[in-house]
Amino acid sequence: MTESPVPTQIVVDGLVKRFGAFTAVDGVSFGVGRGEVMGFIGPNGAGKSTLIRILCGLLRPSAGRALVAGIDVAQDPEGVRRRIGYMSQRFSLYNDMSVLENLRFFGGVYGVPRSDMAARLEFAVEMAGLRGREDALVASLAGGWKQRLALGAAILHRPAVLFLDEPTSGVDPGSRRRFWELIHTLAQDGVSVLVSTHYMDEAEYCDRVALINHGRLIALGTPTQLKQHALGGELLSLEGDRLGDAIGELQAAPGVLDVAMFGNALHALVDIAELRLPELLLRLDGAGCTKVRGRRIAPSLEDSFVRLVGTSASPSDVLP
Amino acid sequence: MRWRRVKAILVKESLQIVRDPRSLMIALLIPLLQMFLLGYGISLDVKQIPLCSYDREGSAASQDLLHRFEASPYFSLQGHATTYAEVGHKLDDGSCRIAIVIPADFTKTMNDTGRGVVQALLDATDTNAASLAAGYASAVVAGYSSDVQLHSIERRGGRIATQTPVEVRARVWFNEDLVSRNFIIPGVVALVMAIVGSQLSSLTIAREWERGTMELLISTPIKPMELMLGKLLPYFCIGMVDAGICLALAVFWFKVPFHGTLAAMLVTTGLFLTVVLCIGYYVSVSIRSQVGASQVALLLTMLPTTLLSGFSFPIDQMPRAVQMVTYLISGRYYVTILKSLFLKGSPWTDLLLPIACLAAYAAAMILLAARAFRKTLD
Repeated sequence: MTESPVPTQIVVDGLVKRFGAFTAVDGVSFGVGRGEVMGFIGPNGAGKSTLIRILCGLLRPSAGRALVAGIDVAQDPEGVRRRIGYMSQRFSLYNDMSVLENLRFFGGVYGVPRSDMAARLEFAVEMAGLRGREDALVASLAGGWKQRLALGAAILHRPAVLFLDEPTSGVDPGSRRRFWELIHTLAQDGVSVLVSTHYMDEAEYCDRVALINHGRLIALGTPTQLKQHALGGELLSLEGDRLGDAIGELQAAPGVLDVAMFGNALHALVDIAELRLPELLLRLDGAGCTKVRGRRIAPSLEDSFVRLVGTSASPSDVLP
Repeated sequence: MRWRRVKAILVKESLQIVRDPRSLMIALLIPLLQMFLLGYGISLDVKQIPLCSYDREGSAASQDLLHRFEASPYFSLQGHATTYAEVGHKLDDGSCRIAIVIPADFTKTMNDTGRGVVQALLDATDTNAASLAAGYASAVVAGYSSDVQLHSIERRGGRIATQTPVEVRARVWFNEDLVSRNFIIPGVVALVMAIVGSQLSSLTIAREWERGTMELLISTPIKPMELMLGKLLPYFCIGMVDAGICLALAVFWFKVPFHGTLAAMLVTTGLFLTVVLCIGYYVSVSIRSQVGASQVALLLTMLPTTLLSGFSFPIDQMPRAVQMVTYLISGRYYVTILKSLFLKGSPWTDLLLPIACLAAYAAAMILLAARAFRKTLD
């Protein structure tokens, strides 16, 4: 087990958010420590954005408690707002204003001390890589730049906690990588970062990952922990022709916990890989598949996620 | 409240206004256009009412009477009918609104009985204009009949009694020529300010919701009052420029006399502008779409200012219950003040009550509008 920092910056306990009859967040509890990068992963509509909005003080929780930077979000949302930075899912800077005008505006509303202003603006421009484009209208910037500018605006006032709601959606892979480097730089300075994404590969960049589905936290741990324990078995990758017809055959085999298509291959979750592999290959042969071959593979987060979502009726025992 | 944050919003809002010159031009041209449209379009004067005659006698006496109608500034003779059907037709197609029919025995009856009878047919689809026309027509006939009486007395060698019946000589104050435009333009200024003010502010908050910038803005420590002040101050300046345009047009183009002081005009206009800006802002906060907010703000300010401010309908002739309602309309106080400033030039002290009411109204609207804004997405 890797050491997790003491969860002091975000403490969430039994949080519930209902919109009428619909429960968007259903009894979620977790904590985030200082300088920790926590990732929220889950399909669209899983409740990630709702959770982040509650923690930013934008939505009132229906039940449960949440402390951000030590402050109760339901009792003192203004106190929370002074200590956080937020990037909403939809780009929310002003397109008809220049880079510097946007930064000055947010510096003003966040109340950045006048004496610090010039240095903070400098820092944000530098960080976003927008040197030389300070006077360009935001509308004219490409997606990656816009996202980095939004991040720059969100940290002008040196917040203790940063909430980023799908900051990299619609951004090219190069820019995404650069964006994650920035997140890690900030975390090293002690900023706690809670970031949601639906890119599985991005979860690997997080210190810990929370899998969220239907408003519930179905697993929480480091990427390694999730990959190792969430599956509850070992993973085989099977390749060959006409595999699709044999899924039913495989599922019925002894020792097989789950079977799913992954691109051209079948991933089979079994209790003991070495024991089951020859048996499964034989079965595939018998089912009319040709050129079959198979091997044991290390599970990816995506495997864990698919498996966990499939069995998420009960919370996983990976929860610490 | 921190001025720092108000200033940040103010600068941002001003930048956005300047970056959108088309909207700015509209904000400055609309009052110009509305002043012309409403200033010329609304006139309560009835002059040159189209008239047709049907002279069934064709005598010197009947022609004399018709000439008097022709000479009156209130009527313009549009033609002579030769049958009743033709009279009916002219009234039907609107080519005349009043017809004077002189009976075939007009002179004879007058000589025999001393009483002549003329028939006036009126198109009363516009009751107000029709009753005015009837009044003018009886005045013309009355003038004619008193001349006839004088003549007949003279002819009989009688002396004219020096004592004439009691006559009222009304002297009208404050709008000596009874030019309805002088009375209407101050009301038009109020109406234009109400429309422009509420339209300017009705978009500000709704625009941020529509563009998706509001979610980030409400996650910052900005306070509702700071946001409102920062957003409304630039529009207040534009509104005061609009007010200047309206005042200049009223005085220099429409030649409405202005007897008040410029200071009184500026202070009261500032108060009224504050009220309508806050109404627009309140609507913008409540309805998160620009189109919807602009429509509702227009209804909420234009209708009461038109109907209940005393601009188009005199308040003291309204039913008691409606009169009570007019006290809730900010336009009522502003129209009262404007009419007084333009036409009477009353001293400040006479206007203290309506000014105090308007100021209280403005203060209440500021609080209401600022408190309506909630920094949550619920």
